Amino acid sequence: MAVETARPGLWTRAQRASVDQLHIRLESLIVLIALGAVMAVLSPFFLSLSNFLNILLATSTIGVLAIAATFVIGSGGLDLSLGSVMGLAGVAGAYVAVNLEWPWPLAVAACILAGAAAGNINGQLVTRAFVPAFIVTLGMLGLARGLALVISHGRAIYGLPSAMVYIGQGRPLGIPMPVIIFVATALVAHCVLAYTRFGRHTLALGDSEGAACAAGIRVERHSRIIYTLSGALAGLAGLLFTARVNAGDPTAGINYELTAITAAIIGGTNLFGGRASILGTMIGALIMGVLQNGLTLLAVQSYYQQMAIGAVLILAVFIDQYQVRRESRV
Amino acid sequence: MSLLALSGIRKSFGAVDVLHGVDLSVGHGEVIGLVGDNGAGKSTLMKTITGIYRADAGAIELDGKDILPLDPGQRRRLGIEMIYQDLSLAKQQDVASNIFLGREPTKKLFGLFPGFVDKASMDRQAAEMIERLGAHLPAINRPVGSFSGGQQQTVAIARALTFNPKLVIMDEPTAALAVREVQSVLDLIRRLKSEGIAVILISHRLNDVLAVTDRIVVLRHGRAAADLATAETNMNEVVARIVGGGDMSAAAAHEQRG
Repeated sequence: MAVETARPGLWTRAQRASVDQLHIRLESLIVLIALGAVMAVLSPFFLSLSNFLNILLATSTIGVLAIAATFVIGSGGLDLSLGSVMGLAGVAGAYVAVNLEWPWPLAVAACILAGAAAGNINGQLVTRAFVPAFIVTLGMLGLARGLALVISHGRAIYGLPSAMVYIGQGRPLGIPMPVIIFVATALVAHCVLAYTRFGRHTLALGDSEGAACAAGIRVERHSRIIYTLSGALAGLAGLLFTARVNAGDPTAGINYELTAITAAIIGGTNLFGGRASILGTMIGALIMGVLQNGLTLLAVQSYYQQMAIGAVLILAVFIDQYQVRRESRV
Repeated sequence: MSLLALSGIRKSFGAVDVLHGVDLSVGHGEVIGLVGDNGAGKSTLMKTITGIYRADAGAIELDGKDILPLDPGQRRRLGIEMIYQDLSLAKQQDVASNIFLGREPTKKLFGLFPGFVDKASMDRQAAEMIERLGAHLPAINRPVGSFSGGQQQTVAIARALTFNPKLVIMDEPTAALAVREVQSVLDLIRRLKSEGIAVILISHRLNDVLAVTDRIVVLRHGRAAADLATAETNMNEVVARIVGGGDMSAAAAHEQRG
């Protein structure tokens, strides 16, 4: 039917091997290593175990949000409400623990459930009311943030029970709890996305809704599950943040969706769905973490860090689109 | 008893009535040609069989069992497969992922965690299926979007045949193919028939339809306007039924030249 194609070049083969074996784009791995090398040269404090744990700790909240972004974008959707839902979830948990004085496990559950509920509303509106995901989740960005401010009367809720604070500040074996939870979540999420039917259907749905539908996948139900999962993960991020700062802060997570989506995209997630990997996203999240950590060590103003994140997002999508266009011309 | 029986199928999209009560029956191992003008309702009718569209009224039975309430996945499991005109492939996924989409075999990881997709088994079976179709693909583990049109169609065909179908619906399978590839699709249809698999072939290429079918059903304005035994009809009659009365000798002559 067709001739065998010519053997691809070394670079292409290395790219494919990296994606096939590690689920990581070679470019993002190289960027992370190069960035780490530059920071190590520029700052004597960069290469140390404590700074490494610092980076992971600072990345944990964003990292969990980036996992959520990877699932949603991989399925062909978009969730702009991640940061706001994270803020709402943290306030909900603090309110349950402090104002209602319920036991801490219920407060933990409240964080996750508040996030899942917001995500489920996103999913219902996208799949049943046919409002575009961009608008639904942009609206939820405002709704969830406003609700967090209403519940907390605009002030942070202090005085969490110590068991809850341990989730954010505890260090079993010297490793921060948020790092443990983040890494465990990432490993489970990676297995789900890469190796289960659910994960494969998620990518197929993002690739072609028509193909997924023709194959008998219940695409709308699947979308609702993805949005609910995304919200629940934002709830987990809210829990980690709230427990770490020991307060339910209604302004927590502002602009975090920007960083989370950037991490997913530079990790190799196709902006339009169909291609995504959690390990890739973790590399992306670490790139963002190293960038912020390094700029902080170099005493660069945080305003510039914000600009750097925005620039990286645009650059990452540019490179991705450039490659797609080049491949489709061949 | 026939394999598939449609009766009184109606379907409209908003104010547009596409199907006005279509009756159609397909026997075991029978090859039916479904022809008609653009907009006659051919693809819509087929999508009501696969379950992508839900019929507004009418009945669909497979082996005497009512399948109208079933979703597309359940109908596939009963043996109804379709090769869509646009192929409906997930182009960033590889060959095996497409062939097994929605029906991935699973295994336990380390004998403990169930639900892990058995990719090795998928790849092996996918390669066997491609081999059986006598086709060659550049690589089994590359995204199908990087393949040529003919190669992509091979993947779509393999997907339809891997799970022992009873009925395969083909929507314009030869429209975009070169002469030799058309012959291999027609040979495939004959092979399916010999294995007892029923085929519904939608095509504008009436020579192909006349060459491989047992019966030809003409759809016109959302109704089954004619049901002709292929052995007892000819190009002129089929064309006449498609355009519907009037002076059709010019159209028939044109088709015969083509």
